[in-house]
Amino acid sequence: MSLLSVEDLVVRHGLLQAVRGVSFDVARGETLALVGANGAGKTTLLRAIAGAHQAASGRVTFDGADLSGVPSHERVRKGIALVPEGRRLFVQMTVEENLLLGRSAGRAGDWSVERVLETFPNLKPRRHAKAGHLSGGEQQATAIGRALMSNPDLLLLDEVSLGLSPLIVDRVYASLQGLISSGATIILVEQDLNRALSVSNRVICMLEGRIALAGDSKTVSRDEVTKAYFGLHRKGAGGVPA
Amino acid sequence: MSAASPVIERGTAASRIAGIGVVAIVLLLALAPQFLSAGAVDRMTALFVYVILAAMWNALAGFGGLVSVGQQVFFGLGAYFAIRLANAGLDPFVALFVSAVIVGAVSWPISLFMLRLKNGEFAIGMWVIAALTHLLVNLDRLIQGETGTSLISLNVYDASTRRLTIYWLALASMIALLAILFGLLRGSTGAAIRAIRDNEDAAASVGVRVIGTKRLLFVLAAFGIGVAGALWLATAITFQPKTYFNVQWTAYMIFMVLVGGIGTFEGAILGALLFFLIETWFGGTGVWYLIGLGATALVFSLLLPRGLWGTLEERFGWRLLSVGYRVRLPTSVADPTGETISPAPATAHREKA
Amino acid sequence: MMNQIVQGILLGGYYALIACGLSFMFSVMRIINLAHGSLAVLSAFALWLLASRFHIPPFLGLLIVLPLMAVIGWALQRFLLERSARGGALLPILTTFGLAIVIDNVLFEQFGADTRSLAPFIGSLSYDSWEWPGSLYVGKLAVIIFVTAVVLLGGLQLFLTRTGLGRSIRATSEDPDTAGLVGVDARRANAVAAAIAMVTVGLAGAFLGMRATFDPYAGATQLLFAFEAAVIGGAGSLWGTLIGGIVLALAQTLGAKIHPQGFLIGGHIAFLIVLFIRLYTSGLGLRGLLRLSTGRTP
Repeated sequence: MSLLSVEDLVVRHGLLQAVRGVSFDVARGETLALVGANGAGKTTLLRAIAGAHQAASGRVTFDGADLSGVPSHERVRKGIALVPEGRRLFVQMTVEENLLLGRSAGRAGDWSVERVLETFPNLKPRRHAKAGHLSGGEQQATAIGRALMSNPDLLLLDEVSLGLSPLIVDRVYASLQGLISSGATIILVEQDLNRALSVSNRVICMLEGRIALAGDSKTVSRDEVTKAYFGLHRKGAGGVPA
Repeated sequence: MSAASPVIERGTAASRIAGIGVVAIVLLLALAPQFLSAGAVDRMTALFVYVILAAMWNALAGFGGLVSVGQQVFFGLGAYFAIRLANAGLDPFVALFVSAVIVGAVSWPISLFMLRLKNGEFAIGMWVIAALTHLLVNLDRLIQGETGTSLISLNVYDASTRRLTIYWLALASMIALLAILFGLLRGSTGAAIRAIRDNEDAAASVGVRVIGTKRLLFVLAAFGIGVAGALWLATAITFQPKTYFNVQWTAYMIFMVLVGGIGTFEGAILGALLFFLIETWFGGTGVWYLIGLGATALVFSLLLPRGLWGTLEERFGWRLLSVGYRVRLPTSVADPTGETISPAPATAHREKA
Repeated sequence: MMNQIVQGILLGGYYALIACGLSFMFSVMRIINLAHGSLAVLSAFALWLLASRFHIPPFLGLLIVLPLMAVIGWALQRFLLERSARGGALLPILTTFGLAIVIDNVLFEQFGADTRSLAPFIGSLSYDSWEWPGSLYVGKLAVIIFVTAVVLLGGLQLFLTRTGLGRSIRATSEDPDTAGLVGVDARRANAVAAAIAMVTVGLAGAFLGMRATFDPYAGATQLLFAFEAAVIGGAGSLWGTLIGGIVLALAQTLGAKIHPQGFLIGGHIAFLIVLFIRLYTSGLGLRGLLRLSTGRTP
């Protein structure tokens, strides 16, 4: 059974329809990459799964339970954690406090402040620093660590490499690779197509709120994804993957 | 969007009929004292004052986005300056208006200061101003502290002349202030006012003079409420600071505007009328009347924040006195996705400047 | 002179007590509760009722009234503020103002216009004093109030920085949406914060009743004191509230020395001067005059 199931999801931003009828499944242990141009609806989709936006219609099912009307903090309790675009740290609080907040949902698991600091060694000396005073890489590590502290079954990562130098991005992805190989289920939004394809099992390309292409990351051709990215692709590989 | 172009109109057929109606009502009101008893004339005068208060508080809160709970300061000052001017030998009726002008002038430096505060801080900051002003007025020897004094010089006129003069002054003031407000809202300032009401930050970013516009409304509201205070003094004759600087006046204003419809020109007038009727019927019940007013304000702010007029206007597209332009979207554009706007009170106005 | 300064400082403790709930609620929920003073007076009346009808001394009565105030705070947030805050920043002002009018007049309806005091129910505490070196006489009650304020502010600070619930409240005050995304129940955090704020209001109401008199319409004055102390103390830590309270009290003391009616005037003028200085030196848009940076560690 799939861990997450999105059925015909529609999300609106005021008058704008940001996500227009999207369906897909994510199996346990899978890493799904969401790609697409700016404004394609990737962030909105992730936020809707996390409960930050209410769906206008359609359904999100997680671990067999319908999430309609479930507020975001309850979804964290059920095992969904989002690393939001732009980090959104609590800048007036310390790194440690930010991490501890991740435990608010009270889910049991292995993640602790110590383990996050082991995973992201660059945070170690910054433990008691205000999050507002961190570098971009440190902030991203804190944001990921904060999400991990809730011991999620499903981790949603929104543009974790945005605004970071390539070196730092490598480091962030190196630590993600550890998570992936440990069997975590991840959906990640990534602008860098190569990185998205190399780190994931499956890729979905969104265009104007719809799925333009879905396929296996290992077999799909880069050219095909690029076409879908710019809307040159015509319903080729089918909207709904297996 | 769609190829069909929207229809832009200013006012509706109903609003043209309403225009004629307004003229008729004004004429009727001007002649009314011929047919009314002395007591009824006094009550009508009170109604005009309420309309002024509601319209002025609405100008500030509904159009300027400035909720003040200290507007009693201008009401009290309107009366106080009138007393002072009359005491200095000015004709009492002239003093009423000179006083209001002074109140408007005084409000300008206050605005420099207070308009930098936001929301609740502005609201309660104005209350501090009112409390301080009340205390300072008490220090004036002429006022004799809370004992107060009277506008004795009005006694040179006999009772019926006085009553009629005040009635017509109140009527004229009300019409003039409403006309000024109406003109402001319809003119180029009106566009700025509506832009600020809908989204202050966005308005500022497209070059609307936010502070200047707010200051204009602040000074207008102060002037208008000053007129109301002076008129109230003329009908009551006695001036006790505690009565005039009472926060109750602001409570009345809030009640009228909330119930009538905040941010709608007609709503404030409707609210004043309702308040007038409620006071006439229930004013005698004393404290329960006040509890009722507070509870009604509370319920409206929670359940019907757009007030009666705002709700009716939205439901039926009513617009009697049109202060803006309306864009009527051709039906083809109104597809289901385009129409579901969340009914947030600040943004749901479909009137475009 | 020295005596008056000491009295002023101690009075500042009371103002800090009444102010801290106001600024706490503002910093968490961005709402200025205009019923703040009326709720303090409500608490004073509740204690008075318990003492005069049921012979429960006020300090014992607090064990009943403070939990009640917490429930009131919770309900206030859940049923009034949460709903009206959704309609924008202006609506809660009107809602809480309406609430203040209702509370004031219901109290008037129930208890009449007479001024009351809790002083008769606390025995000699209301007039007992200690003699300090330099022949200073300080009222025991005034010292108790001051110490309570310090303990309360310190406790609140510790709670906010050292406990999970405190962190949740701070996170909610900083960014409610993101707080939800990390698993914090923002509605609950707000309701808890409102409950805590009302407990401090209840305590302030008790001390208002013990150190002075009150009547059904005394709420407005208390609200203004709270607001002034909070703004004067301003955007520092919770401790700023204490400094604000002391400055307000000293200004009032000075005002009373200059003119017999100068007590209140002195306070208002001090408030306006501080406001003036803050407005024209900070150059900020003054988004958060009252905003506490609760994140500051002690």
